[in-house]
Amino acid sequence: MYNEKVMKHFRNPQYVGEIPDADAIGKVGNPTCGDIMEIYIKVKEDIITDIKVKTFGCVAALSTSDVVCELAKGKTIEEAEKITKEDVIKELGELPPQKIHCSVLAQEALKDAIKNYREKNK
Amino acid sequence: MKIYLDNAATTKVDDEIIKAMQPYFDEKYGNPSSLHTYGQEAKQALESARETIAKSINAEPSEIIFTSGGTESNNLAIKEIAFTNRDKGNHIITTKVEHDCVLNSCKLLEKLGFEVTYLNVDEEGFLKLDELKAAIKKETILVSVIHGNNEIGTINDLDAIGNICKEKNIYFHTDACQSFTKVPIDVKKTNIDLITINSHKIHGPKGVGALFIKKGTKIGAYQHGGGQEFNKRSGTENIPGIVGFAKAVEIAKKTDLNKIEKLRNLLIEKIEKEIPEVKLNGPRKKRLQNNVNFIFKFIEGEGLLIKLDDEGIMASTGSACSSKSLEPSHVLLALGISPVIAHGSIRFSLSKYNTEEEMDYTVKKLKEKVAELRSISPLWSDKNV
Repeated sequence: MYNEKVMKHFRNPQYVGEIPDADAIGKVGNPTCGDIMEIYIKVKEDIITDIKVKTFGCVAALSTSDVVCELAKGKTIEEAEKITKEDVIKELGELPPQKIHCSVLAQEALKDAIKNYREKNK
Repeated sequence: MKIYLDNAATTKVDDEIIKAMQPYFDEKYGNPSSLHTYGQEAKQALESARETIAKSINAEPSEIIFTSGGTESNNLAIKEIAFTNRDKGNHIITTKVEHDCVLNSCKLLEKLGFEVTYLNVDEEGFLKLDELKAAIKKETILVSVIHGNNEIGTINDLDAIGNICKEKNIYFHTDACQSFTKVPIDVKKTNIDLITINSHKIHGPKGVGALFIKKGTKIGAYQHGGGQEFNKRSGTENIPGIVGFAKAVEIAKKTDLNKIEKLRNLLIEKIEKEIPEVKLNGPRKKRLQNNVNFIFKFIEGEGLLIKLDDEGIMASTGSACSSKSLEPSHVLLALGISPVIAHGSIRFSLSKYNTEEEMDYTVKKLKEKVAELRSISPLWSDKNV
């Protein structure tokens, strides 16, 4: 059902966990599928220097949350904000059609973290 | 090590059964409707299989028709009883915890103008008899209730349901795919008009099942053609499959169900002892001997399933999130379990081939994998705050 890349991120995620002194946290949940994600970011001079994620969800949710972190790390806030669900899917190659919403969720969690960061640093 | 714990999905075909089927592919390959030697050999095998299967539920051979499996038998029973008895009424009663093939057949009938009542069940999955009685009206023509639940193992009381239906002169159908040969059925003692059974859940081949239709039942043809299977289901019979099915029934009689039940209890006991925040779905008594279904709170079933598979343990998720639908299991929701929690369910279904060592290994790996997934679940950390 899932391709090798999706499974790789599921089996060996590089970004799971939390950052105790995070500069901002993004939280999103999708009650239909029951997926819930929390993304923690550390920002230095506008650049996301560290990022971690916690996920309650299926294999696609776990995998896409890891990919979003990979895409966002090292980017500026502005660049990271522009990451789309298409970028996430492109990185993974493909997702089963019924799992596309997981990629949306991951990207929304990141956006929420950035929004949270901006509000704190007005 | 490979540990197969998905026997409610399908089972390994017994070696003896494969041997019994073999000649009907390459030696006795005739069509049972043919009059020559090969044809008559096949005919004999067909009727002998019919007798074996009839005997196993104390039915007459003429009350058994062969089909392609449980799904077809359920479709046939429900749709054809509805179509044939429409002059008597247009109301059908079933439950919310049936297999999809029953529910979707009922949905089709609703589109065609029938009215269907989907009864609630109690928190262990049992039909509530008083609700069944209350739902019956003069237009009711059929009651269809699952015998042994495929997800949570609940075994319904066919005698009680049958008595209610007989009193009201309503046809009673049961889907006994999971319970067949595990829970005895005697059609001379219990008032049942139609019973769905199949082969591949009892170590027989896939693609073959049967429907018991009590003598005198008013039911039309489902598949039209050459008039096979008492003109209810035309099409050349799957002779190797049917021979294998009958052999499976014979072998099932000798199966030590107590051994499977003991393994089931061991697995339940160990999971409850070793892993915190779990919940057994379904009853502790009146439960299929081979069914274990747990919710592991704060994680999702699909990830757990894949992690177990990586360790060679094959189970199944109750959560349909793993398949095409995103909705959690309709069976668990009918028990009153919340959607988020229902997503964390896993079913382990055992067979005669499983061992105690396999149960130990499964629980050991399960404990590790549940902990791994919980460590990255925001719900688990929130809980521990």
